[in-house]
Amino acid sequence: MSSLVDSLATLVASARAAVAASQSLAELEILSAELLGKKSVLATSQKSLASLTPEERKSAGASVHETRQILESLLADKRTALEGVALAAKLESEALDLGDVVVGSVRLPVQAGSPGIVALTQVALEDVFVGMGFEVADGPEIETDWYNFEALNIPPAHPARGMWDTFYVDLGEPETVLLRTHTSPTQIHLMREAVRNNSLPIHAVMPGRCFRRDTPDARHLAAFHQIEGLVVDEGITFADLAGVIENFTREYFGPDITSRLRPAYFPFTEPSAEFEITCTICRGDGCRTCSHTGWIELGGCGMVDPAVFAAVGIDAERYSGFAFGFGIDRCAQMRHQIADMRALTENDVRFLRRFS
Amino acid sequence: MRVPVSWLAEFVAIPSDLNELVAALDDLGLVVEGVERVGDGLTDVRVAQVKEIYPIEGADRIRRVMVDAGGDPLQIVCGAMNFTVGNFVPLAPVGAVLPGDFAIAERKMKGVTSYGMLCSGKELGLDADHSGLLLLDHYPGVTPGTPLMSLLGLTADVVLEISPEGNRPDAWSVKGIARDLATRFNQVFSDDISTAALLSAPHSELGHIANPEVCGRLNVVALTGVVVTSSPAHIAQRLEMAGMRPVNNVVDASNYVMLERGQPTHPYDTQHVAGGQLGVRTARSGESLVTLDGVTRTLGSPGRGLGDTGIDCVIVDGSDTIIGLAGVMGGGSSEITAATTDVLLEVAFFDPMTIARTSKRIGLRSEASHRFERGVDVDDADAVAQRFIDILALSSPDIRIVGRSVSSGQLPVREPITLNEHHIENVLGTPIDLATAERLLTGIGFRVDHIGDELIVRAPASRLDVREGLAGRADVVEEIARLFSYRELPRRVPTWPQPGRLSTRQRDRRQLRSIAVGLGWLEAWTPSLVSESDFAITDPATTPIRITNPLVSDEALFRRSMMVGLARAWARNAERGHGDVALFEVGTVATHPAESAQPRRDRGGVGGVLELALPEEREILTAVLCRPGDSAETAVASWHVFSERLGLRETEFVKGDAPTGWHPTRFAEVRDTSTGALIARIGEVHPSVVNELVLQQFSGSRVGLLEVELDAVTDRDVVRRRDDHVDVPSRFPSASFDLALVTPVGVSRHELERRLATAHDLVESVTFFDVFRGSQLPPGTRSLTFTVRLSSHERTLTDADILDGRTALLAAAATVGASLR
Repeated sequence: MSSLVDSLATLVASARAAVAASQSLAELEILSAELLGKKSVLATSQKSLASLTPEERKSAGASVHETRQILESLLADKRTALEGVALAAKLESEALDLGDVVVGSVRLPVQAGSPGIVALTQVALEDVFVGMGFEVADGPEIETDWYNFEALNIPPAHPARGMWDTFYVDLGEPETVLLRTHTSPTQIHLMREAVRNNSLPIHAVMPGRCFRRDTPDARHLAAFHQIEGLVVDEGITFADLAGVIENFTREYFGPDITSRLRPAYFPFTEPSAEFEITCTICRGDGCRTCSHTGWIELGGCGMVDPAVFAAVGIDAERYSGFAFGFGIDRCAQMRHQIADMRALTENDVRFLRRFS
Repeated sequence: MRVPVSWLAEFVAIPSDLNELVAALDDLGLVVEGVERVGDGLTDVRVAQVKEIYPIEGADRIRRVMVDAGGDPLQIVCGAMNFTVGNFVPLAPVGAVLPGDFAIAERKMKGVTSYGMLCSGKELGLDADHSGLLLLDHYPGVTPGTPLMSLLGLTADVVLEISPEGNRPDAWSVKGIARDLATRFNQVFSDDISTAALLSAPHSELGHIANPEVCGRLNVVALTGVVVTSSPAHIAQRLEMAGMRPVNNVVDASNYVMLERGQPTHPYDTQHVAGGQLGVRTARSGESLVTLDGVTRTLGSPGRGLGDTGIDCVIVDGSDTIIGLAGVMGGGSSEITAATTDVLLEVAFFDPMTIARTSKRIGLRSEASHRFERGVDVDDADAVAQRFIDILALSSPDIRIVGRSVSSGQLPVREPITLNEHHIENVLGTPIDLATAERLLTGIGFRVDHIGDELIVRAPASRLDVREGLAGRADVVEEIARLFSYRELPRRVPTWPQPGRLSTRQRDRRQLRSIAVGLGWLEAWTPSLVSESDFAITDPATTPIRITNPLVSDEALFRRSMMVGLARAWARNAERGHGDVALFEVGTVATHPAESAQPRRDRGGVGGVLELALPEEREILTAVLCRPGDSAETAVASWHVFSERLGLRETEFVKGDAPTGWHPTRFAEVRDTSTGALIARIGEVHPSVVNELVLQQFSGSRVGLLEVELDAVTDRDVVRRRDDHVDVPSRFPSASFDLALVTPVGVSRHELERRLATAHDLVESVTFFDVFRGSQLPPGTRSLTFTVRLSSHERTLTDADILDGRTALLAAAATVGASLR
């Protein structure tokens, strides 16, 4: 009985040395067979258990089991190490000094590439607005609550925050850092910068990716793209807003598509409106897409709320402004008649190739 | 909000054309999202009494039934079995059209003609029961021939699903919507409730406010002689049409008044309110309440939500025990039951933000909290209480008012708003005369004093959304514009002297994309939020930017690399047989502020008083080249196209340590030679990553990888571009020859090439075209072959010139230890 335990201890010691000494995966496999195979010391010990008393068998069996585990883990560790060495050797053997690549002798395949449909749409929208005298501005995707909400006249815990399902980032105090739910915080950056640099007026559009904690469906994605416009200047009125919206609508969707405004609520504009355009499917005759109204909703707009001007330090007695925003993905969806928005993120190359 | 048109009609004359009504509501910002007709198809259905039942030969599932429907006996074939002679059942006669456009005609079954159909509840659209006929015997006064709708107390109606602007407290009521319509149609708005009975009731100590900051007003009315029963049919039907389930006449009256006037009320069973008194106070930290839904709510401590004060407004009884969560939900202890005879009615104004915070923290949004957090009409409290009593009296005629009390707390105070024609024109771009403005505002309950060329405007208590000062003026102008109609306002296209333009960065972004497309790549859109395991493939040892409340655990970290996302997109396509593709994306990646020496800092927190360290965002282009034959080499060749198209002046490949997830020995960084700025990374996806992400059949594929830093490319100070100056090539013939140079491996091809290019004035170009390694060469070297072209702008080169140039070239090569092979 004790001799069995002793012999197992010897076995572990010698196995440890043998495993350490093995140089290759092939060697290790042979060793593995020797240590764990049918003719191994371990196997013999296992068989010898049968001749022991039940008492002895219990403790000796445990020793055999423990030994097997030790050996298996020794072998596994070594296998991982040797595989790593083998992989490293393989990777080393493939080493390539990229500076020595002879560009002239590399043949690149000929294929038609394509921008993404969102990028394509964004560029087209930017171009329309640039043509109308707008600059284009970018802003960060990760924002503070102040830029995304409070400066836009949506105070903490205000019910209006419920209009945006928000992804919060685990930074700072709870709910202070978030993924922007709209491109509007970029307005705040622009206005603060203009105040700092004394560089008003502002005429800008701001495209970008936004996030809402919404389960994706045919019309909504948790990540989406918006384009937002902001004009801050002297003498800007609601008539200018309506004129810009109408001009854009005809320019982007075509001369037979027109726009109309109806009252809405957004905390950062007053008066606020939703803008609708002639249904691009039925051209206003009424169809299922537009619920037989001839109109489809595109976005929101309004005159910049005096509370927003106050937050960024713009004199609301001297300056006035308007803002508008709508979905880039939604424009793409309407223009290309894509029934399910989720096609945009599935990256099926048969779909991606359609926008060459 | 679901609004029956008949309810609106109690306040204002409604146009007979439904489309006109819907269009007017839309234009008022009360968007109609659905129109539902109730009782349509039931007008022809009558009560029939079963007189005789006969089997039909050869049919065991249908029977011949003779019924009396108020005229000659009618023969009906019927498949239901749940009735017998003498029962009263609904009959749809020939010519009736049931809900769902189901037209009833004469039908012959097994040779027997059926002159109509006996109906189930489901066939009539009244309930979901289709197991047999709807039996009508228990309705009082049931007689053959009675129209079913009058028997059931139903009237045909149209229900509008209206989505009001989120901020308007008044629009969440039938009354508020009707008042907008009256103003738009210039019709009389009639809202006559005689509160005489209520106001003559004796004052008694029924309520008190301990914390005036959370409760502006508490009206309590004590009623006795209440009989709890079901509501009259028309009240129950209205509630159902509005989407609320009838409960009993007391609760129904409360709900009815809330829907009608926008003021939630709460009825308590007086016998279960200690002392028969109601109090309002804030909850003490750690107090709790079991709300009507059976959930225990712990109160009085702030949650994690930003700006949560932890202040909860509660209703207590005479012994200071909490019996309700004010404005959100009541407790179970004082609920109205069948045994209730005495009722305390609470009509209160609670501080909107307090209700909003509580409702948000405990995640309980009720019809009541929805209205309280927008601000209820404190001036309407008596009318509300009286209306509750009037509605309840319909089914409990012996109720009496035994007492009432009014307690006051702090109500919002607003300064009046001054408005002149310029103010209106400056916002709307068109003049609206003050008389029109006055008419419109007065129509919706604003108090307006027209003094000289100014209006002094006071918003009613029902419009707490209207603010003071400049913001308030904007609010009032919006009301004028809204009632006037946005569609009637003029449009103007503004102009300004500043030209529209893209920034350099935006032009560079477009150029990167256009180069990628030119190379035949397809642009993908991969998720910005990635899983822990995908994040770890490329950035195992870094601090991730973690989303606190991810939608799914696979989208919990903000990406720091786009490589895995693109590789996965390729893998999915490859599995469908479309793997012969190069994919790219231009997008944002970010690093945790803990990893930046000087992270972006900006203001945040309540009032923006905190300075928060924010992630550093970078915009990059990443491409995975997955076509057969792709590798680090095609990535290098592709980069060459980028470099040339961008006009980068001088860059070099630096070996550097490959980032995790990249092939460690087939990698280079591209840096500006002089500033050292990192512009791009070139290489291959690590083979282990390829094996992990793709199906077996693609494992072992080489995937070329390229990452370009937009921020670097666009910064002309750190990444230098060629200037506008162009060297016109010489018109004299040039001489060219090849130089094969044995070069130490430590010397980069770029370095040698640069030395050659500047070795002599006559050097026009140096083009690298071959590399050779082999045992024939000294150890630690490889042979690099260049084609050198010499030319002069002044003359045709002589042999001496060429020799001179060649000598200079070899001397330059020698400075880095390279020599002719």
